[in-house]
Amino acid sequence: MYDIEKYYNASTVKEAVELLGAHPDTRIISGGSDVLIKIREGKLAGTSLVCIRDIEELKGVRLAENGDIYIGAGTTFSHITNDPIIQEHIAVLGEAVDQVGGPQVRNIGTIGGNICNGAVSADSAPTVFSLNARLHLVSSEGEREVPVHDFYLGPGRVALKKDEILTHVIIPKAEYDGYKGHYVKYSMRNAMDIATISCSVVSKANLDANILEDVRITFGVAAPVPYRCEKAELALKGMEINDILYEKAAELVREEINPRDSWRASKAFRLQIGGEIVKRALKRTIELAGGDR
Amino acid sequence: MIGKSVPRVDAYEKVTGRAKFTDDYAPANCLIAKVYHATIGNGKVKSIDTSAAEALDGVVKVVTFKDVPNHCYPTPGHPWSVEPAHQDIADRNILTGRIRYYGDDIAAVVAEDEITAQRALRLIKVEYEEYPVETNARKSMWGSKPPIHLDKKDNVLNRTNFFIGNVEEGLKESETVIEGHYKTPIVQHCHIENPISYAYMDKGRIVVVTSTQIPHIVKRVVGQALGIPWGKVRVIKPYIGGGFGNKQDVLYEPLNAFLTTQVGGRPVKLDITREETFCNTRTRHSIEYDLKAGVDKEGRLLAKDMLAISNQGAYASHGHAIAANGLTAWRLQYACPNTKGEAYTVYTNAPVAGAMRAYGIPQAAFAIECFMDDIARKIDMDPLEFRRKNLIQGYYEDAYLKPIAANTNGIFECLEKGAKAIGWEEKRREYANQTGDIRRGVGMSVFSYKTGVWPISLEISGARMVLNQDGSIQLQIGATEIGQGADTVFSQMAAETLHMDVEDVHIETVQDTDVTPFDTGAYASRQSFVTGTAVRQCAELMRTKILDYAKTLLPEETRELSLDHGWIYAGDEHAISLEALAMESYYSLSNSSAITAEVSTQVKKNTLASGCCFAEVEVDLKLGKIKILNIVNVHDSGKLLNPQLATMQVHGGMSMGMGYGLSEQLILDEKTGRVLNGTLLDYKLMTTMDTPDLEADFVELDDPMGPYGNKALGEPPAIPGAPAIRNAVLHATGVAFNENPLTPQKLIDGFQKAGLI
Repeated sequence: MYDIEKYYNASTVKEAVELLGAHPDTRIISGGSDVLIKIREGKLAGTSLVCIRDIEELKGVRLAENGDIYIGAGTTFSHITNDPIIQEHIAVLGEAVDQVGGPQVRNIGTIGGNICNGAVSADSAPTVFSLNARLHLVSSEGEREVPVHDFYLGPGRVALKKDEILTHVIIPKAEYDGYKGHYVKYSMRNAMDIATISCSVVSKANLDANILEDVRITFGVAAPVPYRCEKAELALKGMEINDILYEKAAELVREEINPRDSWRASKAFRLQIGGEIVKRALKRTIELAGGDR
Repeated sequence: MIGKSVPRVDAYEKVTGRAKFTDDYAPANCLIAKVYHATIGNGKVKSIDTSAAEALDGVVKVVTFKDVPNHCYPTPGHPWSVEPAHQDIADRNILTGRIRYYGDDIAAVVAEDEITAQRALRLIKVEYEEYPVETNARKSMWGSKPPIHLDKKDNVLNRTNFFIGNVEEGLKESETVIEGHYKTPIVQHCHIENPISYAYMDKGRIVVVTSTQIPHIVKRVVGQALGIPWGKVRVIKPYIGGGFGNKQDVLYEPLNAFLTTQVGGRPVKLDITREETFCNTRTRHSIEYDLKAGVDKEGRLLAKDMLAISNQGAYASHGHAIAANGLTAWRLQYACPNTKGEAYTVYTNAPVAGAMRAYGIPQAAFAIECFMDDIARKIDMDPLEFRRKNLIQGYYEDAYLKPIAANTNGIFECLEKGAKAIGWEEKRREYANQTGDIRRGVGMSVFSYKTGVWPISLEISGARMVLNQDGSIQLQIGATEIGQGADTVFSQMAAETLHMDVEDVHIETVQDTDVTPFDTGAYASRQSFVTGTAVRQCAELMRTKILDYAKTLLPEETRELSLDHGWIYAGDEHAISLEALAMESYYSLSNSSAITAEVSTQVKKNTLASGCCFAEVEVDLKLGKIKILNIVNVHDSGKLLNPQLATMQVHGGMSMGMGYGLSEQLILDEKTGRVLNGTLLDYKLMTTMDTPDLEADFVELDDPMGPYGNKALGEPPAIPGAPAIRNAVLHATGVAFNENPLTPQKLIDGFQKAGLI
């Protein structure tokens, strides 16, 4: 039994915004896989909820005419994984969200909820960062679009205004076209777990010249918010593709990330793993691009 | 019927969801109780204010430690002793103001619904006086001010030791002397169904419906805890969703029974959460071992010495019995002329440790079997050869606890099967000199395990049979089905001895202490052995009674009678059908008397089961990950009663063993004693995605002690996995990890220290 004070069900984005405005003490619930846990733990006990789960306009993936990909915030992980547009253009995102918890959670959890929950361990986050996604937000004041990098403020905190909801995650064509990505979730077991540390690498390889043309590296659980290794990216761009590149990636990333010490894992452990997984992820993106390594 | 894989008698009920568990029986008007837990690890309550909680609409009653009976009671699922010196330690109150661990029970709320009860808990205000927290047994055993329990000044609950031969002399004569230090973690049972009970009053008596392994013991302990005559308590046990020893302890039933008395006998339900199950029920003891041994030139053990320090946590529960069981294991199985051991069980401010599948032997076996591999490595001997050289072949008996003995001993056959299944010889060679970041290894371990508890205590068992009008049998037993398949094998046993089909044996699965024969319950791998003996004797008595009654129905000169599949035979001819006989027994105008049989049985026997595990692992050095490629358990558990159930039993135990080896541990905050990972997310129970294909095999020797040639199988499968995996990692990497579980964190730390990464 969950301690929920009042429950409002919205059927359109407009209605959701109005309900949030009319009842300032409410919280948004979509799949519920984060919110219900917090209610059960007592952190959100007695809260009121606005449910956006039935809003059809928040669901599904679509390819815009200009090639940008629009992912509805209410699209569940399993729908993203199985979506043909995702599979064709940004398979890495489908693979990343396929590592959330177990099948049941992936059938209710949504990408919008994953992002708005603000957890640094969110399995969608590193890839969304590495794809330079933009977030489309709607509130009573109108609509706005923000880069995902500006949306995460701190652990569990995002730049969502009072009556604002996230409607779409947008992956601009320029950010995925010609790129290959790979996500490594490092957790203590192979299912039903959250990341101890995670890394999503999106790269563009010039195989003719055997050069890494572009690379984006984002870590989960290596800082208070998902962390783009910009220094490492800059240093790796233009390097020749060989073992030295992968070793260099590991070395640079270990210098750049700042994971914490906790009972779940030590900082030294996370640094070791962080370097190792960036190496393996980068190598995999080159393989996916058709590189012989 | 014995030895056949008959389907579980409860299979259809369970897979269709018709089987009823405690919560399914709780009446709709049940009040809901919640427990207020301490938020400090050691100290006492200075003040408690429940007024706001009491004022909340929907709250029926709030009770605190001030309201409960003053006297202490014991909780473990042991038979009571009539000798005061052997009685379980009574150190617990229903609620307490003296906080001994983080989460101790201070107060309880009874409300009309769950949300009101939760809200009321948040309104209770408590002020504490805090004492220093100590969760480490080695430190706690030097005493604390104040002691955790006033009557144990040094916090040592108990200490025992033994000597065989002269260890000092043996060490002197040894060619090589080796020492090893090992430590096992606190783990939790993680049965699917959390402990749940509801209680109400009926005609002045208290009825407790609860998910327990030990209904008759719960009855006694509720009586003790409340200070009321035991006959005033009735305990009912429906189907239960696993126990693994946690429910071989009396948990919240006394509180639940007390609460119904506080609300006029209305039904009150106490449904413990998963978080409370981790923190506030029972765990497996963490035990540290200092081991020392000497071997001669040929690698034969000449002397061995064990010091064990067991972390009891805040209350006695099963107490020293667990560490003492490990000491017994140290005497068994390996031939060694000079052996000694000493064990301490120490109170700390950790959650309470109690019984858990295999009762102290997974801990001891982890230490002993890692140590045996370390010795073999030190003297450059193959670990399997070392075992073969030192394990006892054939009969052996315990020097102290007679008649514990290996009346049959299949360990060498088990080793042969296990080594063959894993490809021991080839793989030991193949993996001998590896370089690179991914390495493989094979490892093994052995164990022996008692069947039941005799001679430490005499745990009587009971069975009752009634012949129905149609010639079928009603079977009632006092030991409980807890998911292990007891109802099925008892039905098979009755069918075997009465020569009938299993379908004609109707077993009553719900235990009700007002109705079912007395039996101490489901634990100690005792049931098929001890209760099985009761079932066999009861069936023999039933057969005698049926045949005696048949004589009254047949001509005097009839030949010798026998019973077989619905017929009474005279010699080899049909004399009368069992159904016709049964109808006569109920309705004959001249000679009717319903045929029933009941026995209460003593089994003053014990016999050792044994077995081994072989594991092949692949270690990713730089990611600190172990992948189990192949794993096989081979068991000598006597004759198998039901091979399919036996295999399932082994699979379940192997899963537990792998979790113990790789991932499971309850982590406490050192400063406060708080459980840090008491959820199924943070406590890393293996999932199916972490589990390789499991192989179970058996060596079936007909044990003369068992009622059907059988001996212990319930618990043993959980024992050998962890050390076998650890030894395989040692083979793969050359790094000896002496604390389980072998988590990625420990592996990375170890490989960095060893210079491998």
